[in-house]
Amino acid sequence: MPISTDIGVWVAVFFTLCIFSFLYKDNPFYKFAEHVAVGVSAGYWFVVLMKETLEPAVFLPLKQGRWNLVPGPFGIFLLILPVLIGLLLFFRFSKKYNYIARIPIALIYGIGAGPTLVQYLQNSVIRQIQPTMVKISFASWDSFSEVLIAVGVVCGLTYFFFSKEHRGTIGAVAKVGIWTLMIGFGATFGFTVMARVSLLIGRFVFLMRDWLGVIS
Amino acid sequence: MGHSQKESVWGSCNLFSRKAILFSLTLLVFFNFHLKDTQAHPLSPPTELFAQDTPNDHGKSISLNWNLSPDDGKVEGGVLSYEILRSTGLQGVFEVVGSVPAGTKEFTDQDTALVNSHNYYYKSRAVAVTDSAVSEIFGPVTPSGQWFHTGKTSVFVATLLFCLIIIVAISYAKRGGKLYIRPLAGINAVDEAIGRATEMGQPILFVPGLGEAYEVATIAAFTILGRVARKTAEYQSRLIVPAYYPMVMVVSQEVVKSAYMDVGRPDIYNEKDIFFVTQEQFPYAAAVNGIMLRERPAANFYLGKFYAESLMLAETGFLAGSIQIAGTDEPIQIPFFVAACDYVLIGEELYAASAYLSRDPVQLGTLKGQDWNKLAIVILVGLGILTATLGFAWFINLFNVNI
Repeated sequence: MPISTDIGVWVAVFFTLCIFSFLYKDNPFYKFAEHVAVGVSAGYWFVVLMKETLEPAVFLPLKQGRWNLVPGPFGIFLLILPVLIGLLLFFRFSKKYNYIARIPIALIYGIGAGPTLVQYLQNSVIRQIQPTMVKISFASWDSFSEVLIAVGVVCGLTYFFFSKEHRGTIGAVAKVGIWTLMIGFGATFGFTVMARVSLLIGRFVFLMRDWLGVIS
Repeated sequence: MGHSQKESVWGSCNLFSRKAILFSLTLLVFFNFHLKDTQAHPLSPPTELFAQDTPNDHGKSISLNWNLSPDDGKVEGGVLSYEILRSTGLQGVFEVVGSVPAGTKEFTDQDTALVNSHNYYYKSRAVAVTDSAVSEIFGPVTPSGQWFHTGKTSVFVATLLFCLIIIVAISYAKRGGKLYIRPLAGINAVDEAIGRATEMGQPILFVPGLGEAYEVATIAAFTILGRVARKTAEYQSRLIVPAYYPMVMVVSQEVVKSAYMDVGRPDIYNEKDIFFVTQEQFPYAAAVNGIMLRERPAANFYLGKFYAESLMLAETGFLAGSIQIAGTDEPIQIPFFVAACDYVLIGEELYAASAYLSRDPVQLGTLKGQDWNKLAIVILVGLGILTATLGFAWFINLFNVNI
């Protein structure tokens, strides 16, 4: 297969090699690729936010006179209120009234933290507690692994117990907990590194096949 | 008498005639059955159509079910699909609102045209190649929203209990109750790292991660940023904060500015050192890597939400010779920080660090409350294992969540 004549492939190859050059040291080619990537992505997200958020949610309803986004007496607030709250952020540029800009920030905090609390409790606590309550039968290896998980959970929780110094019995249990965590981290590390190596292979395949055409 | 008459008529036939009659009868019976089997007969409709408001939702949804048509599953002339028809009136026009393949007994109408508190009527239609059959009409059904999701009762109770415990702990902390928190190595190293950077005359890099400003890990990172900013203001060191989201930049600027004002050095606060980079993961990582190599910070802090860029950042910082302190609640990224950083705050330690540094009664109380909750979880897990082993399933079923 001959070398690629596609201009797009050549551009991609150029930027790939620029980024790879960082393995040697920081250099003007890497710097150029970095600045292009940052500039393009920042511009891209600006357009995405304009087109997918501001335009359908604010500009179009205002332009078409659809003030009530949903039927009912409060529909109008769904359009006007977020816009007004968002505009408050511009008070950051005022020396006298810049404290007003903290109102939308506080709202973002509150609105974000509220639903997150329930989601965490549902997915990371309640739905994790139940599978940990295993029946101990000592009849098979499956039961052994389930007991291992239960012990790991209890010891792991003890490690994250901040009210007591990790000494004595609590210290010993917490040590088992951190070992359990580290074994888990090790497995995750290996798994993720394999995934990264496959990404690297993918990039080399691109260079060898799509650009140079030396492999099929 | 009749019987003997029939016998006499039969008896009067010769052998050939008897065989001919028997042959004719056999043919007649055979063709009669064959015709019965192949002749087109009307398709049977689905039966027992039932529709109800979908439970545990915000409304605008109707759940339907029915018994399959007897012709469902037949190879020839069998049902191919079921169409669901809806009307706003008993005598109104029924329009097709959905279709499901043969063998399916249920359908959820979530058409955006559905309006809560309005009546709807439904029919289900079995469709074959050349024929169709409609069920009886069911209705009226009214979609409505529910305030309480009965399938999440356990989550509701747990949220109440968790919050109650935390409120009690906070009020205890506010009343001046002594709350001990064990020291965290990563946090004790913060001052050391800033001091080292000051001695070397090099800046400090604080990366608040890829989380939105409202995410718990990012909020915890802001508290630690406040502490770091206070120290950099005291030591007059330069603090660089590249932000992934514009809102994170805004909050970071507020936090750093407040810290500099608290220390009485608003004059050395430089807003331009806290800047938005980009909202794209790898260009952001490339930019931060570039900052590390060009600005040569002596201390790097990676605190907040991190994903695949974690190792890229930590590895570059390691090669640049910076002292590195990381913390995230993303379990998959923690191993990379453990491998490449000097100190790592694992998961909840990030939140604990926030409370430990601020000594704020609300945060300390929250952390204490969480510890009590963890103790409750350990007890519950122990009870669950015991009851499961003894064969009592009811206790485990208390934790059911039906989404």
